[in-house]
Amino acid sequence: MSSKIRILVPVKRVIDFALKPRINKTHDGVETQGVKFSINPFDNIAVEEAVKIRKHNKGVVESIHAVSIGPSKAKDVLRTALAKGADTSSLVDIGSKELDPLAVSKILKKIQEEQGSNLIIMGRQAIDDDAGQTGQMLAGLLGWSQATNASKVTINEDMTVEVEKAIDGGVEIVKAPLPLIITTDLTLNEPKFVTLPKMMKAKKKPLKVVRPEDLGINLESRLETVSLEEPVPRKAGIKVKSVDELISKMKELKAI
Amino acid sequence: MFSTRLLFRTIRPVSVRLGSTLAFLETAGGQITPASLSTVTAATQIGDPITVLLVGAGSMEAAKQAYKLPSVQKIIVSESEKYNHYLPEEVSPLVVKLLKENSGFKHFLVPASTAGKNFLPRVGAVLDLQPLSEIIKVVSADTFVRPTYAGNAVLTVKSKDDVILASVRPSAFEPAAEESTATSASVEEVDYVKSGNKTEFISEKLITSERPDLSSAKVVVSGGRGLKSKEEFDQLLYPLADKLNASVGASRAAVDAGFCDNSLQVGQTGKVIAPNLYIAVGISGAIQHLAGMKDSKVIVAINKDEEAPIFNVSDVGLVGDLLDIIPELTKKL
Repeated sequence: MSSKIRILVPVKRVIDFALKPRINKTHDGVETQGVKFSINPFDNIAVEEAVKIRKHNKGVVESIHAVSIGPSKAKDVLRTALAKGADTSSLVDIGSKELDPLAVSKILKKIQEEQGSNLIIMGRQAIDDDAGQTGQMLAGLLGWSQATNASKVTINEDMTVEVEKAIDGGVEIVKAPLPLIITTDLTLNEPKFVTLPKMMKAKKKPLKVVRPEDLGINLESRLETVSLEEPVPRKAGIKVKSVDELISKMKELKAI
Repeated sequence: MFSTRLLFRTIRPVSVRLGSTLAFLETAGGQITPASLSTVTAATQIGDPITVLLVGAGSMEAAKQAYKLPSVQKIIVSESEKYNHYLPEEVSPLVVKLLKENSGFKHFLVPASTAGKNFLPRVGAVLDLQPLSEIIKVVSADTFVRPTYAGNAVLTVKSKDDVILASVRPSAFEPAAEESTATSASVEEVDYVKSGNKTEFISEKLITSERPDLSSAKVVVSGGRGLKSKEEFDQLLYPLADKLNASVGASRAAVDAGFCDNSLQVGQTGKVIAPNLYIAVGISGAIQHLAGMKDSKVIVAINKDEEAPIFNVSDVGLVGDLLDIIPELTKKL
């Protein structure tokens, strides 16, 4: 195995995290017209971490490749990744189709093979489907080690990777040699804003468009959307004026 | 209950009774975790007999508890220390083997805990199956409900897979209660399945607390950015939590500001809880946070900003200064 690290960072274009999505009229998806889209926040953290690893471990990172699977507009999120410090990128253009995490991981496996990546850093979940599966599925397909919900990543001298992970009730530290997949927790780092000059420069960096049919993967969905609905709204509550009123109201509701 | 089930088994024609559900149960100190007991409830709603899987230290001890759970027909145990920390690279090969060798399993459920969510997709990829994350309702054997978009949309989804893999959101199902009579479940010990794993467990730091566990607490007192500092967070929230025998939670803003540990975070990216009483102190109510608590039975909000979105979901709201209100509330309870 080469002693160089080739990082792959998958990024997803999602409805901006600050927006409340609206369900469409046919109840099978959300409104996308005129809605602001951004890079999935966890993926932004993943790109930031890849760049940080290169900065803090002089000479060990050979390349950082960003990949997105989505509509042609997902080029935007790749430009963000390039502006943040990725060297090259590719877009698997699937149009408006939405894929299961299983299909996504199969595509990512192909990209990994093509890039010869030995470290994959990706978000722990996309904030649209909230599945939280792709990293683990890709690790399963590749037979690699996996470290999910990373809150700290350290590359050791011997090229093993130590990862601090957020788990229920605390943290856990694991160590694994490359190749490895890491998924990011929100506390891993604080992504920097992308400056305009960097964004301009990113336009000159490579962005290859790949057609999914060239990859020879069956992208058929295993899941069928029966319906997508708004959650049942809570009944409007009341406001009280004093602590005494608050306590009596809580008693009335049998909360205490 | 025991006799009812016996009757149920005898009258049901064997030909349609081929399916069964495998449920992975987590243990802590030889006890089945509350999240896992909720997983058993979800499994009973599918309707097939249940086989439970217990692995790692203390699983034989936990098996005694599993005997008393409803619909449990079989208990599979491996006490191999390789499974102690539920490393996905170790647990997955065992689950894959069980699902491959027993074609009777039509469902495999895990609690949507960090451990469950860590290995379930890995199993799915190896078996070429697409798991469902965090189901909150069983509609039928192949159709389930799960939240998406930080709980802003509720998705009803039908799986076409032969074996349906799903993680179960604990707050959406009551923990299964132990029955007074043990079932006639059989216990089978299985060996460690070779994995080729290269990941090494180094250590863990768990936040030890006398308080009830956040995920299963009946009352949660949660703090946000409105608390200004770690000192304020500690001094205001903990005495109130003590009074109510409550667990303490936090918004992401409070975690980011360093007021408390990451593991206390309630929200889309933290814990999803549904206690009887949730008291939000100095929390504005961003959608990320609401995703983690809006199914609580009673929500109380205390905030100085009367326009804060948290008041849209709270049953009782009080506008005012936390520094005055919280000590007064603590004193008067």
